Amino acid sequence: MAELLEIRDLHVTYRTREGDVPAVRGVDLSLPAGRALGIAGESGCGKSTLASTVLRLQPPTARVSGQVLLQGTDVFEMRWGELRAARWAKASVVFQGALHSLNPVQRIGHQIAEPIRLHQPSTSSAEAGRRTGELLERVGLPARRAQSYPHQLSGGQRQRVMIAMALACSPQLLVADEPTTALDVMVQAQVLELLVGLVRDLDLGLLLISHDLSVLGTTCDEVAVMYAGRVVERAPQRDAFANPQHPYAAALAAAFPTVGDPHSRRAPTGLTGDPPDPTELPPGCTFHPRCPIAVEACTTLDPPLRPAGPGRVAACLRVGVDGRRLEPEEVA
Amino acid sequence: MSADASTPSRQPISGKALARARMRASLARNWREFRTQRDGMLGLIVLIFFVLLALTAPLYIHPDAFDVAQATGPSMAPPSLEFPLGTDENGLSLLPQVIWGSRTSLLVGFAATVISMLIGASVGIASGHFRGWGGATLERLTDWFLVIPFLPLVIVLATVLGRSLINVIIVIGITSWPGTARLVRAQTLTAETRPYVDRAKALGGGDWHVMSRHVLPNVMPLVMANTVLTVAIAILSETTLSFLGLGVPFAISWGSLIEGAFAHGAISAGAWWYLLPPGICVILVVLAFTLVGRALETVMNPRLRER
Amino acid sequence: MTVADPAAAALAEATQGRRPSGGMLRYTVRRVLTALGTVVFVIVVNFVLFRLLPGDPIGLYTRGRNVSAQQLVKLREQLNRPFLEQFLTYIRNPFSSTLSSTKYNQPVWDVIYPHIWPTVLLLGVSTILSTVIGIWLGIRSGWGRGTRFDQVTTGWTLILYAMPEFWLGMLLLLVFTGGTLAIPDLFPVNGMVTPGVDTSTPAGWLDVAWHLVLPATTLTLAYLAEYSLVMRSSLLDELGEDYLVTARAKGLRDAQVRRRHAVPNALLPTVTLIFLNIGFIVSGAITVETVYSWPGLGLLSYDALRGPDVPLLQALFLLFSLSVVLFNVIADVLYAVLDPRVRT
Repeated sequence: MAELLEIRDLHVTYRTREGDVPAVRGVDLSLPAGRALGIAGESGCGKSTLASTVLRLQPPTARVSGQVLLQGTDVFEMRWGELRAARWAKASVVFQGALHSLNPVQRIGHQIAEPIRLHQPSTSSAEAGRRTGELLERVGLPARRAQSYPHQLSGGQRQRVMIAMALACSPQLLVADEPTTALDVMVQAQVLELLVGLVRDLDLGLLLISHDLSVLGTTCDEVAVMYAGRVVERAPQRDAFANPQHPYAAALAAAFPTVGDPHSRRAPTGLTGDPPDPTELPPGCTFHPRCPIAVEACTTLDPPLRPAGPGRVAACLRVGVDGRRLEPEEVA
Repeated sequence: MSADASTPSRQPISGKALARARMRASLARNWREFRTQRDGMLGLIVLIFFVLLALTAPLYIHPDAFDVAQATGPSMAPPSLEFPLGTDENGLSLLPQVIWGSRTSLLVGFAATVISMLIGASVGIASGHFRGWGGATLERLTDWFLVIPFLPLVIVLATVLGRSLINVIIVIGITSWPGTARLVRAQTLTAETRPYVDRAKALGGGDWHVMSRHVLPNVMPLVMANTVLTVAIAILSETTLSFLGLGVPFAISWGSLIEGAFAHGAISAGAWWYLLPPGICVILVVLAFTLVGRALETVMNPRLRER
Repeated sequence: MTVADPAAAALAEATQGRRPSGGMLRYTVRRVLTALGTVVFVIVVNFVLFRLLPGDPIGLYTRGRNVSAQQLVKLREQLNRPFLEQFLTYIRNPFSSTLSSTKYNQPVWDVIYPHIWPTVLLLGVSTILSTVIGIWLGIRSGWGRGTRFDQVTTGWTLILYAMPEFWLGMLLLLVFTGGTLAIPDLFPVNGMVTPGVDTSTPAGWLDVAWHLVLPATTLTLAYLAEYSLVMRSSLLDELGEDYLVTARAKGLRDAQVRRRHAVPNALLPTVTLIFLNIGFIVSGAITVETVYSWPGLGLLSYDALRGPDVPLLQALFLLFSLSVVLFNVIADVLYAVLDPRVRT
């Protein structure tokens, strides 16, 4: 059976006035049905661009090559009608529920019901209303909230509305792009719990994007870390956070201390420097200018993603096949 | 500070010199960016052409060209070699009149804009800066002025004040300032929420200091872009006033030429050469200002670049 | 904040000052009260302006009329009363006025009244047409930004925007009437009705409509330029918004995204602008009615200027100002109706 989502050698480049900006530079991922895959990274690493390609929602200035297979069919090969049918019904997106992801002058009930009426045109308005109420309750909001406008809801409530809306057509895959970023910490936890619970109950596939590695480590079956448009590490659930191998993943993990976790008692170590300019990537390993363990070879060799232990891969010259940290002289 | 062979001599840089250097650099940057705006450059060229035309006109146009007693041509004659733009009802060639018309039209446009911008910017900054009764009153005043319809107000003012060059300039200036004031006020409010204003106040900066040293430079780009647009509107206003017979008496402007065409039956006579040139000149100049203004705005606000 | 872009400047003006308050009713009441304040201001200004007339006011009010010595004395006596008393008399009924129109020798209201309908007809038709066409053009060119349609439309609307509307009127007259150029005489040169035609019959209406074509075309072209530019600007502002991505993600067609989501949001400032623009519309009416000798308030104003027929001018100014205030209130209320963020 085909994977729910499979991404093969995806490249996305933005055409701008100043030239081409590569956002995604060759990414391979796969997600089986009913599982959760997390993608972590700083802003600008390409994770949101990656997420946008799942339903072919990337900006018009983007040039895409590679394949994005949704239940075995490449979305970039689909005819428009097929694609529109797939949108929301096969896979849906939970955007950051900022005020602007919802139409400010429409009631939220109307917006939730919209995809229902679109994909199942025979649904009566009464039926659509009932379904909307059900969805709202499932995400923990009273059904009468359907009459509200987006600006009347709090950030957490809006995020729940986004989730309810995403589930409207019973998709098989949910793509959540930074669903908790703009929220307070307490609300973050609630929304995450909701999301993860729903995914479990409904047996959905989940692609969760976040810059918070700790969040991903606790909710996803597998976590991929992206840097400068590439995946630099992929590991099963806790390993990504508790025992990262790629130095960037380690820095990312250290930046988000978990309350109560003895590891985090140490002062978080920040990374020096900024993410690289995509139009002027450093030679060799793109991370080497900021890497605390870089060696001579890192400035010339671009490490491929290679096995780094059971069920893990990492793109670092200093990570051995068995996951051990290699001494500088051991680096090939 | 003694200049010593071992220590490099360092002049303390005065604050003013630093500010001037920065301003020069930013002007140069903005100019470079402006040059990439094709529309804006085209508008600028057209503007320069007309301004030069207006300024140099006295060099090659003799006042006799407007003296009815010296008219040589037939009345309302179509364009010919001798009269490239045809003649008016008095037999005077229209070409020199159209060229001369640029002087009044542009002069009134610029002068009225100066008045409008001075009042508008001052009121705008003051109403944005002063909280409480002062600012609120100014804001109310601006809103009220905005409500009063433009042309009726202009007609009333022109009737009350009488016709003269100064009065026309004043009238147009007085009716244009509210638009600027409103925009400047909004920008002032935004500017004053910035931390450096709070710091200036904490350091003891009085109202005048804050307004002139902090708010004004911040608001300047906005005012500049708005100025350009205001000139366009002022020229249109002058044209309208002249058409209604309320313009500068005894002066030739594009509006007065259009009025001449109207009053002397150019339409029924089919004298298109009387009607077209002044109107086309107005369109070109106003369009040029608009394009320059839009380009200026795009330069100041990169968000608009994709438009 | 955009300024030099005339469309965007108008947009910014239209959406300023809209603060959320509690409930529709409170909002409406507040706006009406503010409007009343403006009305008071307008009346005061009206009165003060005309009393500021330099020179002998008697001469101004009686110019060109044969006024008996008795009337002259009475007039002088009226004008010599204390300022405040004159003001109170004035505000009691600003339209009847003890001073009648100097030209027509009738109370000003009697002079004004028959001219109202022609102006309403002309402005009504022009505003509706220019709104519909302008908005459609704006949507089409904004949504297809950079396309040929957009470039051509934006070019033409900028030119129309720079054009004095009375000049356009004269141009149309030149081309389409009188048979003086190659084109045959298609439309009447002036007036609203061919003399002798009864306007209460369908044939009469047709005659009026025939006279209406050119002036209405002139005004429509003059107004739609700004509406188109504003709508385009407004729509472009919406294009970058996230909720449109959400809409697309749901599987909506491009046209559906535009129609159901982008346009309703972009329409808000445009609609209010139309009402706020009533001042500009009035100005256009004055000059265009003059060109076409259309017997409305605009032509009346032009004639009143000739005198100057001061009482008439005063009354007309008041009428125009009050209309503008009224339409501003409607604009504010309409905005609240359309934009839920303002009223809740």
